[in-house]
Amino acid sequence: MRPFELKKRHSGLKEKVIRFLLVSAAVVSILTTFGVLFSILFEAIEFFQMRSFWYFITGTEWSPGVTDSKFGALPIFSGTFIITIIAMSVALPIGLGSAIFLSEYASPFMRDHLKPLLEILAGIPTVVYGFFAAITVAPAIVHFFGLFGIHASFNSALASGVVMGIMIIPVISSLSDDVIRAVPDSQRKASLALGMTTSETIKSIVIPSALPGIISATLLGLSKALGETMIVVMAAGLRPNLSWNALEDMTTVTVRIVDALVGDHEFNSPDTLSAFALGLILFVVTLVLNVISLSLIRKFKEKYKINTL
Amino acid sequence: MNTSKNNTAQADKGGKPSARNNPFCDPTLKSRHVRSKLFKLFTFLSITFAISFLLFFLGDMIIKGLPAFKQTYIEVDVTYNDKTIKSTRRAIDKKYRKVVSRAWLRNIPRLVEQNPALMGTTQPAWVLANSQVDQYLKGHHYKLKDKYRKLIDTMNQDGKVEMRFNKNFFTHGDSKIPENSGFKSAIVGSVLTLIVTMVVAFPLGVMTAVYLEEFADDNRWTQLIEVNINNLAAIPSILFGLLGLAVFINLFGMPRSSPLVGGLTLALMTLPIIIVSSRAALRSVPDSIRQAGYGLGLTRVQVVQDHVLPLAFPGIMTGSIIGLAQAMGETAPLIIIGMIAFIPDTPGSIFEAATVMPAQIFTWAGMPERAYIERTAAGIMVLISILITLNALAIYLRKKFEVKW
Repeated sequence: MRPFELKKRHSGLKEKVIRFLLVSAAVVSILTTFGVLFSILFEAIEFFQMRSFWYFITGTEWSPGVTDSKFGALPIFSGTFIITIIAMSVALPIGLGSAIFLSEYASPFMRDHLKPLLEILAGIPTVVYGFFAAITVAPAIVHFFGLFGIHASFNSALASGVVMGIMIIPVISSLSDDVIRAVPDSQRKASLALGMTTSETIKSIVIPSALPGIISATLLGLSKALGETMIVVMAAGLRPNLSWNALEDMTTVTVRIVDALVGDHEFNSPDTLSAFALGLILFVVTLVLNVISLSLIRKFKEKYKINTL
Repeated sequence: MNTSKNNTAQADKGGKPSARNNPFCDPTLKSRHVRSKLFKLFTFLSITFAISFLLFFLGDMIIKGLPAFKQTYIEVDVTYNDKTIKSTRRAIDKKYRKVVSRAWLRNIPRLVEQNPALMGTTQPAWVLANSQVDQYLKGHHYKLKDKYRKLIDTMNQDGKVEMRFNKNFFTHGDSKIPENSGFKSAIVGSVLTLIVTMVVAFPLGVMTAVYLEEFADDNRWTQLIEVNINNLAAIPSILFGLLGLAVFINLFGMPRSSPLVGGLTLALMTLPIIIVSSRAALRSVPDSIRQAGYGLGLTRVQVVQDHVLPLAFPGIMTGSIIGLAQAMGETAPLIIIGMIAFIPDTPGSIFEAATVMPAQIFTWAGMPERAYIERTAAGIMVLISILITLNALAIYLRKKFEVKW
């Protein structure tokens, strides 16, 4: 009897140790998120102790590195906004169109072969897209508009926006495809039986049913566009530019973060810390987008009782 | 065709089965069908656009990158003596000095050391040509005076110019001399960084997944972790760079630009990918396996360790390889922690300054010389082929070990 008891107590201890290890691993994942938040937050607070928060949000002049440096981030936000709009206007129709084709029209054979190709698009590193935008797309845009006598910058917002849009296509198409396929087939059949054409069924039955998922995919794409770095670092400009003209050079939040932290600056100077202030804004905005996106997709799952998405 | 047309014409004139009197006939039907077809065409065009962009893009990279795998060598007389070892420029006739690579000349003392018989002789040798000569022969933009262009043309006719496989690209580190620069230090840097990443992220990720799937009860605490992981997956990568800079470098004082910091930063980014895929793999193991284990009196740890984990392992591996591939292509956070330094020598440990493949691509893309463009594209070809191989491996593993329960 005794050896049996001994063994049992021993394995009980082992069980506890393993359980403890597993819990601490899970804690690390939480710590990471808070680590990102706090590491950015503390440095950003330090920045806002030196400079006014109000001017940072509404000021129109961004001139770091000089004695009378100013940190008004409005032109940076506007550049980010315009490039994101361009990217989304490329990615949304094409991504959604691709998703509809894959889920509604394509034969299983086509689907099996086209989907991996789209996934390759998602697997290409962003630095490669950046090189492509800077070397191939930007000169092509300058040349194209030159034909009409319109001047375009080699660092135009259009070039980086379009390439960024192509990068986001698979983000939108893959999630939308899953969501559209999750809409029950009975809905489609009922609509077709009432004499609707295929496209009418898709537009008025399938898409509205899948809408929460599609919006969720769009928001995810949007947060990806806002946080994208390499494409804009390589193809967009450095100059904060408050303008609506997509052919001019513009800069984005991520570009300024990289610019402030590359090179040997004093770490505790406002020049460097401004990167953390911009990072904080980026963190908050993307976090809000993600939370909305996640709650939408959860509602969709509950509505159709899906566990696989 | 004709008769049917006549029929409709008659019907329109007032024949019995008139379209207007037929309650089931929708006059807008034709345009509705046209619109339906147009919509299908639109969806087809959008996927065609995405795929053709991919092909155009890969083609563009291959066309730009392939020339970099060939490098020009020219045959000239090289003099080996005391003077030329001190001032290597003099080893070559004045006429050729501007077309020969400075990097090759630096090798002369080493050549003599290896083969002392060379000392005091003048011998023809195949010498690495200048990048401008190389670009001229490849038909790219070049900066070469007419004099030298004619020289190269005549040498070409005499068979003294040769295109050889560019071994330097795989055996050298980065260099300020374009024809001498290679990808090796970046490849080694990537390997070191990713080793750190996987050593940290793989056990942590799998353990978190096991905890969430097999041990945790569904309470607030678990939901908090879940929400966290989902958010972690969607945080822009550049913000992880800020974390790495503020915590690993400034707080813990780890060496800047080192694979250690880079690997840790990437590990935090890879963590959610591994957790999500491992959880999916664990969930696909049927409950009957667990029930059978408990029925035989095994403890929870024993069931997970000996039965559930081995069955879920292929799925976990697949997810981890995909995470690895994603970490390999990541650039933005590594730029922030300084891994874009100029690294001519191969890093020997995870504490030395290093660069990684995508960062090297970024550095080369910003170089003014034309010769770096083809090297950038060649680096991209190497990187993308590794990534595609990794993804193919993941798909193969999934197909081979996939169990249908």
